[in-house]
Amino acid sequence: MNKKRMRLKGLIKKESLQIIRDPSSIGIAFLLPVVLLLIFGYGVSLDAEHVPIGIVIEKPGHLAMDFTGGFYNSEYFSPTVFSNIQEAEKALMKRRIMAICWIRSDFERRVLSTKDSPVGIIVNGVDANQAKIVTGYITGVWIKWLSQYARSKGLRLDAPVNVEQRIWFNAAVRSRNFLVPGLIAVIMTLIGGMLTSMVVAREWERGTMEALLVTPVRIKEVILGKIIPYFVLGMGGMAISVVIAIFIFHVPFRGSFLALTYASALFMLTAIFLGLLISTAAGSQFVAGQIAIVITFLPAFMLSGFVFDINSMPFPIQVITHIVAARYFVSILQSLFLVGNVWKIYIINCIWLMVMALLFFRIIRKKSHKRLA
Amino acid sequence: MLRRILALTIKEFIVILKNKKSRMVLIIPPIAQIIVFGYAATFDLKDVGVAIYNEDRGEVSRDVIARFQGARVFKIVNWIQSDREIAPILNEQKALMVLHFHEDFSKDILRGKGGNLQIILDGRNSNTALIALSYCRQIISDFNRAYSKRFRGVLPPARLKVRAWFNRTLNSHWFIIPGIVALLTIVVTLEVTALSVAKEREAGTFDQLLVTPMTPFEILLGKSLPGLIIGILEGTFIILMTCFWFEIPLRGSLLVLYSGLFVFLLSAIGIGLMISSISLTQQQGLMGAFMFLVPAVVLSGFATPIANMPEFVQRFTLLNPMRYFLVIVRSVFLQGAGFDILWTQYIPLAIIGVVSLAVAAALFRKRMY
Amino acid sequence: MASNLPDIPSKDDNAIAAKGVWKVFHVGKRKVEALRDCSFDVKPGIVTGLIGPDGAGKTTFMRLCVGLLIPDEGSLSVLGLDPERDYLKIQSEIRYMPQRFGLYEDLTVQENLDLYSDLLGVPEEMRKERYDVLMSMTGLGPFTRRLAGRLSGGMKQKLGLACTLIKPPRLLILDEPTVGVDPVSRRELWHIVYSQVEREGMSVLLSTSYLDEAERCQEVILMHQGEVLGQGLPHEFSSKVKGHSFMLRVPGGEKRRLQQELSNRNQVADSLILGERIRLVMWDALKPKEVKDTLGLSDKIEVESVPPRFEDAFIWRLKKRLMEKGESVRFKIITHKRVKGKRDEPVIVVKDLKRRFGDFYAVGGISFEVKRGEIFGLLGANGAGKTTTFRMLCGLLPASEGTLLVAGKNLRKARAKARVRIGYMAQKFSLYEDLTVLQNLRFFSSAYGLYGKRQRERIDWALDAFELIGEVDTVSKNLPLGYKQRLALAAALMHEPEIIFLDEPTSGVDPLARRQFWAHINSLSESNVTIMVTTHFMEEAEYCDRIVIMKRGKILAHGTPEELKERYHPEGIKNPTMEDAFIALVESKGEVANE
Repeated sequence: MNKKRMRLKGLIKKESLQIIRDPSSIGIAFLLPVVLLLIFGYGVSLDAEHVPIGIVIEKPGHLAMDFTGGFYNSEYFSPTVFSNIQEAEKALMKRRIMAICWIRSDFERRVLSTKDSPVGIIVNGVDANQAKIVTGYITGVWIKWLSQYARSKGLRLDAPVNVEQRIWFNAAVRSRNFLVPGLIAVIMTLIGGMLTSMVVAREWERGTMEALLVTPVRIKEVILGKIIPYFVLGMGGMAISVVIAIFIFHVPFRGSFLALTYASALFMLTAIFLGLLISTAAGSQFVAGQIAIVITFLPAFMLSGFVFDINSMPFPIQVITHIVAARYFVSILQSLFLVGNVWKIYIINCIWLMVMALLFFRIIRKKSHKRLA
Repeated sequence: MLRRILALTIKEFIVILKNKKSRMVLIIPPIAQIIVFGYAATFDLKDVGVAIYNEDRGEVSRDVIARFQGARVFKIVNWIQSDREIAPILNEQKALMVLHFHEDFSKDILRGKGGNLQIILDGRNSNTALIALSYCRQIISDFNRAYSKRFRGVLPPARLKVRAWFNRTLNSHWFIIPGIVALLTIVVTLEVTALSVAKEREAGTFDQLLVTPMTPFEILLGKSLPGLIIGILEGTFIILMTCFWFEIPLRGSLLVLYSGLFVFLLSAIGIGLMISSISLTQQQGLMGAFMFLVPAVVLSGFATPIANMPEFVQRFTLLNPMRYFLVIVRSVFLQGAGFDILWTQYIPLAIIGVVSLAVAAALFRKRMY
Repeated sequence: MASNLPDIPSKDDNAIAAKGVWKVFHVGKRKVEALRDCSFDVKPGIVTGLIGPDGAGKTTFMRLCVGLLIPDEGSLSVLGLDPERDYLKIQSEIRYMPQRFGLYEDLTVQENLDLYSDLLGVPEEMRKERYDVLMSMTGLGPFTRRLAGRLSGGMKQKLGLACTLIKPPRLLILDEPTVGVDPVSRRELWHIVYSQVEREGMSVLLSTSYLDEAERCQEVILMHQGEVLGQGLPHEFSSKVKGHSFMLRVPGGEKRRLQQELSNRNQVADSLILGERIRLVMWDALKPKEVKDTLGLSDKIEVESVPPRFEDAFIWRLKKRLMEKGESVRFKIITHKRVKGKRDEPVIVVKDLKRRFGDFYAVGGISFEVKRGEIFGLLGANGAGKTTTFRMLCGLLPASEGTLLVAGKNLRKARAKARVRIGYMAQKFSLYEDLTVLQNLRFFSSAYGLYGKRQRERIDWALDAFELIGEVDTVSKNLPLGYKQRLALAAALMHEPEIIFLDEPTSGVDPLARRQFWAHINSLSESNVTIMVTTHFMEEAEYCDRIVIMKRGKILAHGTPEELKERYHPEGIKNPTMEDAFIALVESKGEVANE
């Protein structure tokens, strides 16, 4: 075995032993993805169910009952009846109900005279997104009732244009299917950043770096010796995450595993480089920790396209998202899982990841040298 | 006693602010993040790419298309001629959806049969797909209404009159941006507190502190105040940005808002110090901070509603201080809520704060050697 | 690579040749000249000691030699190579052990050895043999599977040395290898170094602040404030002050006051308490009678001329140099409020004190009393249970069993107020590194409840008494070690405590600073302050009124230094030092305990 290989082997072994000795690293690499994926996979959903809705019928009648019956039959709602609008509004204020369906006393009279009778719908708009989704559900109930009513009266109320929707890649429109792959990217950013952001600073603080530097070891070997064990660890965490996504959450996987492995490796490297960069630049564990908290998790959460659609962001912000490595990985993962091998998307994002990885590596390389200060 | 606490607080501030890097970490990211996240975090769509596949030669389809062209949400990016072109466009995300008008679309409608408009959506992001779809339905429904009125003279017997309270235009920025107040303050507070005891343990100064006449309670206060002050300052900054930069209405009283911020900070500091006291090293402190922060953010209702979570996860979120503060901050901003409505949020927050602070203080002395 | 190795220098070439080397650092806004025009050679095949006080530039010089730093000016050649250009070659030819040798504490002894074997490219087949040699030499054989972090301080240093010696280098550079190491381990370290020099013919350059160790070097280079003061054989230095050294035998308890008085006399270069006696170094060579006359000593005091030690020469030389530069060499004497209460009344009472960690008794039942105004030493090898005892006394750790009273209270349970009566100086001078000197003092005085005028007075006092005035605004991270130590002591004294606890207060501190430190302690004791101190440094034990020697959580011996020297001195040694007695005691009793 030549000396170069021997040195590298020694460093890798050392780092691996340190990882094994510190149960928190193992915990982060394996336990964190499992726990987070399980909690989030079950917990994070944009699909509303059993939305509490208040129903106010000022003058009970056959038609009003018929209409509101639609809410009781729908799994999307869990309705409560209020005797007057004031009480319902109070409940809305207190967030006990999300929306009110308010049927006034003249509802039946106006419907029968086909006078375009209004049904008052009040939604709590604080959570605008949910409000929109709930409004959509209510519209669904209304349309259903309308066509039933028309049929029973023998009226021709066919709409001129009917919408026939087909949702590709995710026919059941399960939000989990896109959130879980995105989550994997966020978790991997954390793992890469968290595991490595302190490792270099720690060696300086404990004085081990000085002892290391005066051996014949090359600085490149020191860096590689740090990267390889954490890379293996991170890929292990990645593999577990993918297994959970496919077998527990039943997210379809339509791409090739080879492509997934390659992209994951590339992303893992980028995340680890970022961690090492923080560690090298910060100088102390204290500062490294602070920086890691601020610049790894939140950007990956907010700007990766994991929850918030990048295309809807203002242009300057879209430009900024390009410095968040997770964004490329989220895009790759969502395509590989739900669509298949879309090479154009895959290659473009991989190139971006590669550019970032190289850039980080260059900076690390430049910032680390075999001299003090 | 006050003087001792003050001295400790000043010391903590010097430690936090002395280092240029750590000073930057406290100041720059919150400013950058409120602006970037404020714009980035939205569920509302704009410029959704639409591809039109029109096999119909009639007039009606042109009218429908004109309505899509007129909508701000959509942007027609492509006109395609054949079925084969659909897949690549969606796969490669050139457009989010394809509107497909059949050959007989206009003919069917003129015959009074009703024409089918096929909408094919990229469901990769199911939320985006659903919202886009609901915009489409809106457009079609408006079209139908107008068309029926003009050419058939009939109207349905009832219609929905939807009003959204607190956020009339259902702008999702109004929902997300006040949430960022909670998000950034908890991050900053953890940053200040989660490593502070562990750092002193590693340096050996914590022993020095324990042999002084300071009681654990005093140490606790001295360690909490910097987090509290920094948290309130940063919170204020973000609130100001929310009001004046993003122009989100603040309808409730500042007193209610700041009481909430105060109790929230207490609980965040308590948890931060608790993590710090358990940790033997800064590395462990950092891991602890992440282990708390990540679930706390994701399961807070910040982006996805708690009500949509399964029962056991919902119960779990009762321990999450951010959950309560998010309700407070949003209700005060948009709803103008007062103590009468929000007291149910203050109490659990206060309990979390008191318990975690007490545990932290108890751990100061227990976790020795 | 092997093809373009330079010609290997012949045996006669110098291991290190420095010519006009300068190195300047910028610490904060200050410019520190770490090395000023240094020129000297380090000869091959011998042990050369780099001796000098804190801030002499020893560490900087060593770092230059291994290519960790680059000289600003001058030329440096190490084994005939240029450290700036050929640092990679140098790093494979020589070994350097930094002050805090970077052992990976979460790796076992064996794993640390394997790592360094890999890094140094030792072929697998040669390792076993080499490990066996090193393990038997260091006595670490039985502990190969123990985590390095769980070794005692002495064992850690031995392991560090073993790691550097895995591949015998041509030049070995050791930076303060014996700091924080107990006397037994220190002897072993020296033994290892010499056996390597003899067996492998390597050259060794080491720095130390223990001056008795200088005498074990074959050549000594004296440095001070970045300059070379001299180079030569250790005895050449000592012989220059022949006739300057005296031993005073002082009857009664007057030794402290007398030493304090003598230390600032113009004719005296150095004075030290050694048990019941005082060691004096005069500026001039004199006869015992002349000493008595010039100093005006009373007839009760016996004066005896003794052979000079290297330490005498070192202090003499250093102070002379300082005086030439116009700096003061007098020791500051601090004033402290006289503590009320009878002298000799017990203030610390320890009875059957035990402390258990799991199944292991770190302290296994010890009893002793400390009287008011006493300087009481807690001695022992690394891992003897001193620090655990100390932490229990200060209330940082609960005792598992037994009684323990400090000023009549158990500090663990006592209300915070009781803690005002004690002062504590932690190991390694734990200060807030990010705070300036003034901020540290302000913080600690406030923590002890001082404020307003009183606080200002005390801070002024501390700045003056501990000569910190010039460094008020220096961030304590950037202070030299000696200053840190003074600051730590000042911080512990802000509230004028009755009892102070000092945990290894002079570890790594140079001889001058050590003397100043003990001068302070002396004056505290004179003011009736009770002092409890742990130390590895046996000479310091001689300063104490009474000492306790611990091993494996038990008390081996206790009494005055004179008594212990008398009782335990090894056979055949005249005038044994405390170190002789300590080693004899620990080794003999140790074997008994093992059986």
